[in-house]
Amino acid sequence: MKRVVITGAGTINALGHSVADTMTALAEGRCGIGPLAFRDVERLSIQIGGQVRGFEAAGRYNRQQMSLYDRFTQFTLAAAAEAIAQSGITFSGELAAKSGVVLGTAGGGVSTWDDNYRSVYEDGKNRVHPFVVPKLMNNAAASHVSIEYNLKGPSFTVSTACASSNHAMAQAFQMVRTGMAPAMVTGGSESMLCFGGVKAWEGLRVMSKDACRPFSANRNGMVQGEGAGIFVFEEYEHARARGADILCEVAGCAMSSDATDIVMPSKNGAARAIAGALNDARLNPEDVGYINAHGTGTAANDKTECAAVADVFGPCADKLMISSTKSMHGHLIGGTGAVELLACIMALRDGVIAPTIGYEEADPECALDVVPNEARNAAVDVVLSNAFAFGGMNAVLALRKV
Amino acid sequence: MSVTDKIIEIIAEQAVLETSDVTKESTLEDLGIDSLGLVESIYAIEEEFDITVPFNANEPTNSDFDISSISKIIEVVERLLKEQAG
Repeated sequence: MKRVVITGAGTINALGHSVADTMTALAEGRCGIGPLAFRDVERLSIQIGGQVRGFEAAGRYNRQQMSLYDRFTQFTLAAAAEAIAQSGITFSGELAAKSGVVLGTAGGGVSTWDDNYRSVYEDGKNRVHPFVVPKLMNNAAASHVSIEYNLKGPSFTVSTACASSNHAMAQAFQMVRTGMAPAMVTGGSESMLCFGGVKAWEGLRVMSKDACRPFSANRNGMVQGEGAGIFVFEEYEHARARGADILCEVAGCAMSSDATDIVMPSKNGAARAIAGALNDARLNPEDVGYINAHGTGTAANDKTECAAVADVFGPCADKLMISSTKSMHGHLIGGTGAVELLACIMALRDGVIAPTIGYEEADPECALDVVPNEARNAAVDVVLSNAFAFGGMNAVLALRKV
Repeated sequence: MSVTDKIIEIIAEQAVLETSDVTKESTLEDLGIDSLGLVESIYAIEEEFDITVPFNANEPTNSDFDISSISKIIEVVERLLKEQAG
């Protein structure tokens, strides 16, 4: 088994258009959630979200690219450029032949579906652009990353709702760990903040109209975000040999299925994934200093997640910190685990624990140290990142300081 | 059909029961309707009466929609029909 390290990170999300800006915002406890701005927003009952602002695709991408890049692909390529530049890796020869890209997304090109349905149904048009299909397909973003960076190894897209990115990164980790690939580009993206995307979520009646307040007794639901998080996972010796800056080590992962309910989370399923990740990384509960929670701000997730953590960690649960950064960047659905991995890297590298903002009232069912409202300086050696999806599919990653 | 009969019909269908098995005193719990069934029932009520029901599944008891019994649901729907008329 090979050791796997992260040598590059990139992002775009409501908190910033780069890793540095995002980490600054996370450390400041800044909220990126605000009024949504897009066509027909006035017909929505949910009008807030963590929307990416100031991102002009025109100018960044040429006309031909624009006809092929849905917003989720645009985000992915922007984040991938940052991650690969930071890593300093160049994919050529044998390295290119074996390295690939595994990304997560729940919805893929949602706004392309939305725009084109509107055009044929509402506007009564009978013709759509020839590239609608290659633009909206869930693997479009991964494909464009492979094309842009000459990644010729195993590449595909994983779709497990809110756990998509964590499942993708778990898969990429396994590929590097087993020697199948020397390096993998991985992470995920999502862009559902359009009329149809938000309208579909409204139907579930789990969205908040005012704020995402994970673990707070007065929480009233989730708030959607959008963006991408992309990373370079690389075999440790390969990274060392080329003198790469190592951000942290991916120490282990676990995936589990609740096999119970299509939307209600299960404590047992979550606990099995958390315990599984510790076991896979050969870590003990007392080793973990911080958990980036799934922490959606819904009644169901937060209490189930806290109960699962309490089960796995026993008395150690009182010593660890657990925060949900969704309070700041919103829930990026299939891209959320990727953006949240940045909070894990910040904890390990900089010793800064991102807070859970919007925390107003203690909930006895979430009685853990949720790092309320203000970031904290703390040296931690091991962190976990949780993701628990609709459909009962869970993926937890364990990261370690190098 | 009256508002009461319509609501009982919607709830009965959701609970997979005969309308005669649903009374105004029934609670959703009695009828075996869980949180998903509740959200579907509210959707059916909104569609039937063309109203918007203020309900957030994260704070079911805090919403402006009392779901403690069928008669309470009927009361609220009748109020919403008046408020949202026209």
